[in-house]
Amino acid sequence: MEELLSGYLPIVVFIGICMAIGLALMLSAFIIAIRRPDPEKVAAYECGFDAFDDARMRFDVRFYLVSLLFIIFDLEVAFLFPWAISLREVGVFGFWSMMMFLAILTIGFIYEWRKGALEWD
Amino acid sequence: MIIASLFFYLFAAITVAAAFMVISARNPVHSVLFLILAFFNSAGLFVLLGAEFVAMILVIVYVGAVAVLFLFVVMMLDIDFSELREGMLQYLPIGVTIGAILLIELFMVFGSWVIAPETAGFAASPTPPIDRITNTEAIGQLLYTKYVYLFQAAGMVLLIAMIGAIVLTLRHKEGVKRQVVADQVARTPAGVQLKDVKPGQGL
Repeated sequence: MEELLSGYLPIVVFIGICMAIGLALMLSAFIIAIRRPDPEKVAAYECGFDAFDDARMRFDVRFYLVSLLFIIFDLEVAFLFPWAISLREVGVFGFWSMMMFLAILTIGFIYEWRKGALEWD
Repeated sequence: MIIASLFFYLFAAITVAAAFMVISARNPVHSVLFLILAFFNSAGLFVLLGAEFVAMILVIVYVGAVAVLFLFVVMMLDIDFSELREGMLQYLPIGVTIGAILLIELFMVFGSWVIAPETAGFAASPTPPIDRITNTEAIGQLLYTKYVYLFQAAGMVLLIAMIGAIVLTLRHKEGVKRQVVADQVARTPAGVQLKDVKPGQGL
């Protein structure tokens, strides 16, 4: 356990350096930069007009479909990692059980390809 | 070991704070970003437990994919969230009451709950010591052989999710010309007619 956690020390160091650099950049902008705001300078600039409305707008539902299909294949790959490193122990049965799993998902992949879910229009 | 417990309190505190910000942030996009922070810190907690695989999957799947999905949902629903939040304070007392009751119940359950000492030997698949075999390998040795039916059921669930998402959301526009590669490849020179068009005459 000790050994495992000490293996993560470099990551902690990296996160520390990242946070230090990020904070330094933001704080230096606050401290060093000259700030003399006036109403014209801080006004929203949108090609000379005032902002018309909220910047939020509705997304197309197809973005959702793309990311949902991505998650499913992401999970499929996640199942492959433990299989890959323990293949020697699980043997032929483990190998074919994963092949079965991949076959089930390939059926879905063929379905989505034939349905045209991977095309935009 | 004192450093490990220090990190535990750091991660746990940030997780709880971020989870609180998820429900109290005014902007729903900020809520999703705080949710990502909470996911990252839970991954840190899993690493402290020695469950490296679960931690990495949490980062890859939840931060990489599920958070994006939440963002899409937030952007897709065209709801004025500030209006939705108006009545939140009104429901706060009853929410706090229910939360407190649940907390008391949990304390009562865990306070009086002891594991019988002999049950440790009954575990179907005891966790192997972490210095002998890695967490990911331990999962791999069980998941694909001993729990093969559950593994295949997971595959089925993913298949159903895929088909369900397509059935629910896929709408093709009518009258859009698509590229059909097979037709393009199947063209032969015999089917092509060349016409010599003189300038200013047209066909």
